[in-house]
Amino acid sequence: MSLERSFKEINERIKKGKAVVLTAEEVIEKVKEKGVSAAAREVDVVTTGTFGPMCSSGVFLNFGHAAPRIRMQKVWLNNVPAYTGIAAVDAYLGATELPEDDPLNSNYPGEFRYGGGHVIEELVSGKPVKLRAISYGTDCYPRREIETTITLGDINEAFLFNPRNCYQNYNCAVNLSDRVIYTYMGTLKPNLGNAHFSTSGQLSPLLKDPYFKTIGIGTRIFLGGGIGYVAWNGTQHFPSILRDESGRELNGSGGTLALIGDLKQMNARWLMGTSFRGYGATLTVGVGIPIPVLNEEILYHAAKTDEELFAPIVDYSDAYPNRKPGNLGFVSYAELKKGTIRVMGKDVPSAPLSSYPRAREIAGILKQWIQKGDFLLGEPVQSLPGPESGIKANVLEEK
Amino acid sequence: MTNKKVVLKFSAQNADKPIIYHLVKDFDLIINILKASINPHKEGTMVLEISGDRYEEGISFLEEQRVSVLPLNQEVVRNEERCTSCGACTVHCPTQALYIDRPSMEVKFNDESCILCLMCVKTCPVKAMEVRI
Repeated sequence: MSLERSFKEINERIKKGKAVVLTAEEVIEKVKEKGVSAAAREVDVVTTGTFGPMCSSGVFLNFGHAAPRIRMQKVWLNNVPAYTGIAAVDAYLGATELPEDDPLNSNYPGEFRYGGGHVIEELVSGKPVKLRAISYGTDCYPRREIETTITLGDINEAFLFNPRNCYQNYNCAVNLSDRVIYTYMGTLKPNLGNAHFSTSGQLSPLLKDPYFKTIGIGTRIFLGGGIGYVAWNGTQHFPSILRDESGRELNGSGGTLALIGDLKQMNARWLMGTSFRGYGATLTVGVGIPIPVLNEEILYHAAKTDEELFAPIVDYSDAYPNRKPGNLGFVSYAELKKGTIRVMGKDVPSAPLSSYPRAREIAGILKQWIQKGDFLLGEPVQSLPGPESGIKANVLEEK
Repeated sequence: MTNKKVVLKFSAQNADKPIIYHLVKDFDLIINILKASINPHKEGTMVLEISGDRYEEGISFLEEQRVSVLPLNQEVVRNEERCTSCGACTVHCPTQALYIDRPSMEVKFNDESCILCLMCVKTCPVKAMEVRI
């Protein structure tokens, strides 16, 4: 009789302090030692983690009302504009927003030292942030201008809402051209001078649940050091199974998550303002997702190793910017982590952009939370589309 | 024999002379050029690591040639609180002063190998690498 476990059963064990929780790294060893069937009988939950730059992140804020009241038609936080096309004194500050007087790439490559992600980091650190707002004045909101200082503790709400986080898998970026290029995948040296990748491989949440069997709307997660939830699929959610040149199935690819959580519970260790030279500013976000071992198949995927997980190698000098299909082959995370990969017959130094040690730490923290009985698993109220949905990317045509 | 790190400042008048050649040939010094640049005003800056018994004579020669010799008092330090050990700097560090320790995947910094090229300062996404003077 094959194993079947429910969320409810696992949560009962968590409440009693009896649940067996292993990180995705630890479960790999367990499965190597005992095999999938025996390990599945033993392990209730596998914790995953990732800590990398996630540009589609931002925070909804409500500042409270001044006397007299102002609607706040435009808002700046430490000189970085926030979106205010919603109700009075609400705003959304995006991680990649830049100050209006930023030199951008006019002195190429620009530095992008400060942006929305840095403001979020300062807020979550409890530092004072300068708020400036203007408006046009109405009978109910007569005021036209305000300049003051806020802290995270002073304002009503601050919740992170990240429309596209936690990419299931990502390209390994290289540069085939003869000049240095500055990308969201970092600085890429000419003629295959280096290769950058950005997932935590065997610790990465969506690589460990490729068919979205357990992660869905309502899944409770570690987000930025606090508790968050999966709110929806992310934007550009194109779940599929990556196949190599011969058509062999490799691993999940293309899924994304929209995440939500209370910024007031979070911690600057897990939300860091980030700058990519010549590209822009963003936010590095820490996410950890528990995977309940409902059956053997779920554990089979959750125990995949860096040797069994692959990234496509993509040229960022021409193929990516010009949206040319295809890639330069596939490389395993085990090879990427060794520091040298082989591309077009050349040895290329490889380096990550997402922190593997921090991903490991997140998986460990989440494990502790669950073991202590503080953190129950959230059973999805609705599943997310998986590879079987056949969702394909739409492209933008010029009409 | 000790290694000394110095900064040389060349003016537009002496930037085109083969001065380093003489340091090697005439004073038998071992030179490691850590950094060299010439600005649009034709003024040059060079960071050298020098070793050899006739170090003092070599420095006197440089001063006779009107090259100003300054002690190297700049260093690159890592803000341990900010560094996330992502690893993005490691392929840009020309001397592997910044490297990934395996299998932990933690980024280590061996400041003795640092030649102050400042590539890490430019490429670190969270600005954990800082210049201290």
